[in-house]
Amino acid sequence: MIDRAANPQLVAQAHGLLASRTRWSVLEIAFWLVALASIFLLQSKHLILTEIAILALFALSLDLLLGYAGIVSLGHAAFFGFGAYCAGILAKYGIIKEPVLALLASGIAAMALGFVTSFLVLRGSDLTRLMVTLGVALVLREIANRLEITGGADGLQGVVMEPILGHFQFDIFGKTAYVYSLIVLFILFLIARRIVHSPFGLSLRSVKGNPLRASAVGIHVNGRLVAIYTIAAGMAGVAGALLTQATQFASLSVLDFERSADVLLILIIGGAGYLYGGLIGAVLFKLVQDYLANVTPQYWQFWLGLALVMMILFGRVYGAVMAALIFAVCTALKLPFMQSIVFTVAVVATLGIARPHILRWTSAITARAVAVQAGLKARFTRKGSDHAPGA
Amino acid sequence: MPPVLETKGLIKQFGGITATNDVSLIIEKGARHALIGPNGAGKTTIINLLTGVLRPTAGTIWLDGQDITNLEAHKRVQLGIARTFQINQLFAELTPLETIGLAVSERMELGRQWWRLVGSKGIVIDESVDILQRFNLADVLDERTATLPYGKQRLLEIALAIACRPRVLLLDEPAAGVPEAERHGILDAVAALPSDVTVLLIEHDMDIVFSFADRISVLVNGALFVEGPPEEVARDPRVKAVYLGEEVHG
Repeated sequence: MIDRAANPQLVAQAHGLLASRTRWSVLEIAFWLVALASIFLLQSKHLILTEIAILALFALSLDLLLGYAGIVSLGHAAFFGFGAYCAGILAKYGIIKEPVLALLASGIAAMALGFVTSFLVLRGSDLTRLMVTLGVALVLREIANRLEITGGADGLQGVVMEPILGHFQFDIFGKTAYVYSLIVLFILFLIARRIVHSPFGLSLRSVKGNPLRASAVGIHVNGRLVAIYTIAAGMAGVAGALLTQATQFASLSVLDFERSADVLLILIIGGAGYLYGGLIGAVLFKLVQDYLANVTPQYWQFWLGLALVMMILFGRVYGAVMAALIFAVCTALKLPFMQSIVFTVAVVATLGIARPHILRWTSAITARAVAVQAGLKARFTRKGSDHAPGA
Repeated sequence: MPPVLETKGLIKQFGGITATNDVSLIIEKGARHALIGPNGAGKTTIINLLTGVLRPTAGTIWLDGQDITNLEAHKRVQLGIARTFQINQLFAELTPLETIGLAVSERMELGRQWWRLVGSKGIVIDESVDILQRFNLADVLDERTATLPYGKQRLLEIALAIACRPRVLLLDEPAAGVPEAERHGILDAVAALPSDVTVLLIEHDMDIVFSFADRISVLVNGALFVEGPPEEVARDPRVKAVYLGEEVHG
């Protein structure tokens, strides 16, 4: 039975299929080249880019939980905040002065917290997981509020960072911080990518898809969940530590409920389960937030909320475009806020009623786009057609 | 030599209902053992007890003379008990290749490795492809499982259990819900199971049971009712009574 020869052609096909799954695509490489280019081309934007990189890393860590293991969390900021305070305390009291080492130590501390609290999320439904994760974050925030070492409600002030690796001083324009954050993001992304494409990652997807069957093929379901929860907590902790190091400050806001909710939102905007969702979501979220906050400082959340509603109603891309159009019309007509609300509600109600028709149009457009894309792909890959037909 | 699988006084109660009532079952090595009984007799409950999905209220379960009553489900699989489900329990988002590869690599204890890429171990792929071929799944090895025809999914259900390379295989109604045209494919697969694998089959279809089994246990109301070789069970008037839906006393 063991030595029965499998058809070598099929084996080769299987090798090819699995290898193609893990190969870097052109889009992926382009994404990271753009990120690299931003260091040199967007010098004046390094502060917000640093925020984006940190947020992206935070969202990436949540994607490992939600997108690959199916664990929902409303308290992921617990690990972000824990890492942030660890990095702050290590620097302020001179325990570990070198930032990279301190980052590592903060990540490991967050992993330890993740490991301990992971046992709370093993049992129960999505709802109980939401409540438990939320609870852990609330408890942690209150502890940080009461402790003296964290600076309580005033936050952790007087954090002074030593040069990275003893050489690269944090500068006032944020260039060092951005390059540093981007490198850390890239390294942890590589690790995350490795994890999801490994046998361990495959077993996580099986656990997410059907835990009953996963255990019936010999997988220790709870063990795998503990492992990924610990890893994701560590990554979130590193993201938090990066924020403290880049801003030389840590406040209670790192543990806020809003931070947990935002990161979940970002992942849902970008899409969970393909690693780039968190990164793209973070870029979009931060840019839109920044833009809206400049244009309508008081009411930017209204437009963000509208975008979310439209995305749920009409799908990610079409919804975002429609929300942007409504916003553009209101801005072009210079409508005061109250009239903007009335106008928006009227438009959304109309679109909502016409939703079945609109969905028919949008799916027709999508089908067209997919066909065009497939045509392009066929043209590009014709020369390298070593895969069996019908695959 | 102890039997490969044995239960002693197995009892399972759900609230006030006794789903399994003092079942002492002996399954010999290499047997083709069928467990039959009317709807609600508690057949699937026994499978769930044997595989660790449920814990018994009382009684013990032995595999090759080892008490496994309190072992977790995944540990029993590692010891050599695999099962299929009456209703497909597959990984909808994975392909058959990934599904079988998953089980093979778990059996080889490679499943915790996070630093290696899927597909980088030749022996896993060789064996996975071999299994997919044997179960007539090679033509769909890269389709999403959710999109497969029901008959193919049913084959994958059995192939997945075989990929665990079990010593004891528990088949819970393997042909359930399979359209007539695809039925023989399933039955061929069941008939072609390696002879060193002990099989416990739960089945409603008497044609399948009598063509496959060398020993039959009849379960009624959670208790063992009759047990013996097929000819004997077929002749037993009490079994006929149960299957004709008559009231049973005692």
